Amino acid sequence: MSGINDFAFKMATVNGTGSASANSLLMQAIFRMGIPVTGKNIFPSNIQGLPTFYEIRVSKDGYTARPQQVDLVVALNPSTYAKDVASVTPGGYLLYDSSWPLEPELVREGITILGIPFGKMCVDTFQGDRNRTLLRNIVYAGALAALLKIDMDIVGQLLVEKFSKKKALLDFNNTAIRLGYDYAKTNYTCPLSFHLERMDETSGSIIIDGNAAAALGAVYAGATVGAWYPITPSTSLMEAFGAFCRKFRTDADTGLAKYCIIQAEDELSAAGITIGAGWAGARAFTNTSGPGISLMQEFIGLAYYTEIPAVFYDIQRTGPSTGMPTRTQQADLFSLAYASHGDTKHIVLFPCNPEECFYMSVTAFDLADRFQTPVFVASDLDIGMNDWMCKRLQWDDDHTWNRGKCLSANDLESIKKFSRYLDADGDGIAARSLPGVHGNGAYFVRGSGHDKHAMYTEDSDAYQEVVDRLARKHRLAATVVPAPEIHTTPGADIGIVSLGGCHAAVVEAIDRLRDAGIIADYMRIKAFPFDAPVRAFLDSHAVTFVVEQNRDAQLRAMLAIETGKPRDEMIPVLDYGGMPLTAAVVVNAVTSHRNTSTFAVSS
Amino acid sequence: MTSIAKPAVRHPGLKRNALGFTMRDYEGAMSTLCAGCGHDSVTAALVQACFELALPPHRAAKMSGIGCSSKTTAYFMRQSHGFNSVHGRMPSVTSGASAANRDLTYIGISGDGDSLSIGLGQLCHAIRRNVRMLYVIDNNGVYGLTKGQFSASADIGSTSKKGEANVQPPIDPVLLALTLGATFVARGFSGDKAQLIPILKAGLSHNGLALVDIISPCVTFNDHDGSTKSYKFTREHEVEISAADFVPLRREITVPDTTEAISTITMHDGSVVRFRKTHDSYDPTDRAAAYAHVRACQQRNEVATGLLFLDEGGLDMHAVAKTVPTPLVDLTYKQLCPGNSALQALMEKYR
Repeated sequence: MSGINDFAFKMATVNGTGSASANSLLMQAIFRMGIPVTGKNIFPSNIQGLPTFYEIRVSKDGYTARPQQVDLVVALNPSTYAKDVASVTPGGYLLYDSSWPLEPELVREGITILGIPFGKMCVDTFQGDRNRTLLRNIVYAGALAALLKIDMDIVGQLLVEKFSKKKALLDFNNTAIRLGYDYAKTNYTCPLSFHLERMDETSGSIIIDGNAAAALGAVYAGATVGAWYPITPSTSLMEAFGAFCRKFRTDADTGLAKYCIIQAEDELSAAGITIGAGWAGARAFTNTSGPGISLMQEFIGLAYYTEIPAVFYDIQRTGPSTGMPTRTQQADLFSLAYASHGDTKHIVLFPCNPEECFYMSVTAFDLADRFQTPVFVASDLDIGMNDWMCKRLQWDDDHTWNRGKCLSANDLESIKKFSRYLDADGDGIAARSLPGVHGNGAYFVRGSGHDKHAMYTEDSDAYQEVVDRLARKHRLAATVVPAPEIHTTPGADIGIVSLGGCHAAVVEAIDRLRDAGIIADYMRIKAFPFDAPVRAFLDSHAVTFVVEQNRDAQLRAMLAIETGKPRDEMIPVLDYGGMPLTAAVVVNAVTSHRNTSTFAVSS
Repeated sequence: MTSIAKPAVRHPGLKRNALGFTMRDYEGAMSTLCAGCGHDSVTAALVQACFELALPPHRAAKMSGIGCSSKTTAYFMRQSHGFNSVHGRMPSVTSGASAANRDLTYIGISGDGDSLSIGLGQLCHAIRRNVRMLYVIDNNGVYGLTKGQFSASADIGSTSKKGEANVQPPIDPVLLALTLGATFVARGFSGDKAQLIPILKAGLSHNGLALVDIISPCVTFNDHDGSTKSYKFTREHEVEISAADFVPLRREITVPDTTEAISTITMHDGSVVRFRKTHDSYDPTDRAAAYAHVRACQQRNEVATGLLFLDEGGLDMHAVAKTVPTPLVDLTYKQLCPGNSALQALMEKYR
């Protein structure tokens, strides 16, 4: 169980009081001690005054999923005391602000209660309500540094980096850190039994959130036009894109921008701008979340049918409707894969962490150009907004973009009659021409029925010829999109299929199941449409669990629809309460199924 | 949108423009609109305006949404790319295209249903962004393709073909555009080509969004006695506030032999718009006065036409975004990808 470099702790505070900076300070300090660490920000859809939580998991084995239990809770929000105390694992600790008497709610048998007068120390030491409120967080960070044995030199260094230009703030923070640290050292046995010891497991890693990584990927992919409408949890993606562009895409001589970001009036317009820019030849994208995807449906169908490249990032949140905007889910699978009315199906990529958000961004733009179609990157709130430890990003300077079949002025000069939707190569992909290049390439984009020459048609055969080719193109895409990641062990008992942000928890669950004597093969779906290996994996396991974060087993349904595997032969493991998945959910689902069914388990 | 190709017959004596093109080179497919439709006159005026400006067809893009008006982008400049998008969303598609390639001439054709009902928000925000484009509204007060429902520009009391009177107040795109800060606002009448062509030419040269509202009667559903968007009504109630003449940069500017007061405005590219005021005291560079004048005309049951407002000093979308002069589509991958050494330097910030 919990021990050296293997435990979790949680801060329960009130949002808008400045706890975020203290929490990221703690996480970063642990990371710099060389110890694998993960942070999950469980925050409300609110600016100030509601409960917010930050969970930090330390794992010498490198597990990055949400912790299944917390060994220590810092309870600083009276409105959630009861729940916070209940969430401490038996034998664990509760740290509360003893400026006030211990509330009866906080008393619980079997855990150790530590009081530190955070508020009183701040009132005695600092001036002004704002400083006292903000610095209380740094005081608890100092106390945790003592209790958990966080390297104070690293903490000091991080504060210097953060406040190097604000001397007064640096002094306040240093004072606050010492207040907490010294109080804990003086009054309690430090460190606690579970604590930190330096390791060297993070030197090749970074801490980054998925939205920043995706935005960076868009920069490296050569995207120049970004259109968006603010919506949680996708907003930080375009904000990051803007920041990276200001850094990397500002002309050194003129100060002018080699990019154009348009904050649109709504998501319809954001989609229209993206598609307009894609048609004109730029690499363009929009980022949104569920409600925005709903609004974009008509334009998505237009881009699909008229074959215009565009990249859509969907940072999924809990639906339906407005749902829980600051909670995570994977419930947009249907509305992405089959977005818009009529016969439509799309390429969807499922990154599992920020590192993949970066690389899959580049893949998404290449696929959009190559297949001349909308491509979706289905991230989620947990990946997009939480800080993940992942491998340092690398770039191959020999990489160049794949713009697909795009005719140059020279190509067009020699063409007698350009037919925009003519499948000359037999691969389902027709060559396109960009406006402004050559008069011979002129054609009329229309969402209405068209033939292979891009002319309006109401003729059944001419219409079907085009939509049948679109289906062929989609089938070809199945062989080109990222293949599933498959791990097999000879003689495995079960198969587990999952996708996206579930990956970290599933990997951990497979280890725990092995400890319990159940060998599980694993297939992580990385993209839609599915190719033959997906069906082969499903066929090669008598018992298959499909792990996903939605109520209606959407991935399982898509596997059934697209591969023909009978739906009821796949067992759904569903977690849709809005929190990042824990390994326990998967372990419990598999073991409870074993207890009630007949699948053979190797001893 | 049915398109019928026109036979490519060329009369050897046809006049050629500076690029060596004839007027026929600016035409498109055969119109499938009803005979006598005002929109076809607008198309003809556009053909002539583009011909006279010697616009290279392949450097123009024709943008539209859905509706009778939006169909007309197929009926001119067959050597230009066209984009018939979704209903009411032409402005956003054009914004994106212009973001990607700022050097093309964007000709947006919309209607009163497309721009004043389903796409009203898009129109407003394209005006706010000041996207460099000609934005034509073929305004007939009626939904033609769905057979005669009132649109948002129908006047109170104007009757449908069946005799039913409209009760909701109209949205006037000219007043709306003036309120939103549009930098070029004009109104024309499809039946008055002489007035319309210079306006279109000026709009095509404007450094920003040039809104041209064109009263364009629907011969099938809205050209009867009770309609305020009929040929008869518009002819009888049209009041030309300013007559404009447009002088492209390449033509020598000569002062016309007239005793009337002429004022000139130099466009961003050096071309000149000349105004002949037909109304005393009208100043097309004074936004508040323009608004007041259009309102006053309305109250007298008159339709104010002409180039109503022009401000060549406004910043267009690219000036606001401070983008490089090179169209973004022309930047190479090398210019866009920062490379691995930059990435590795950046990675240090994530440790």
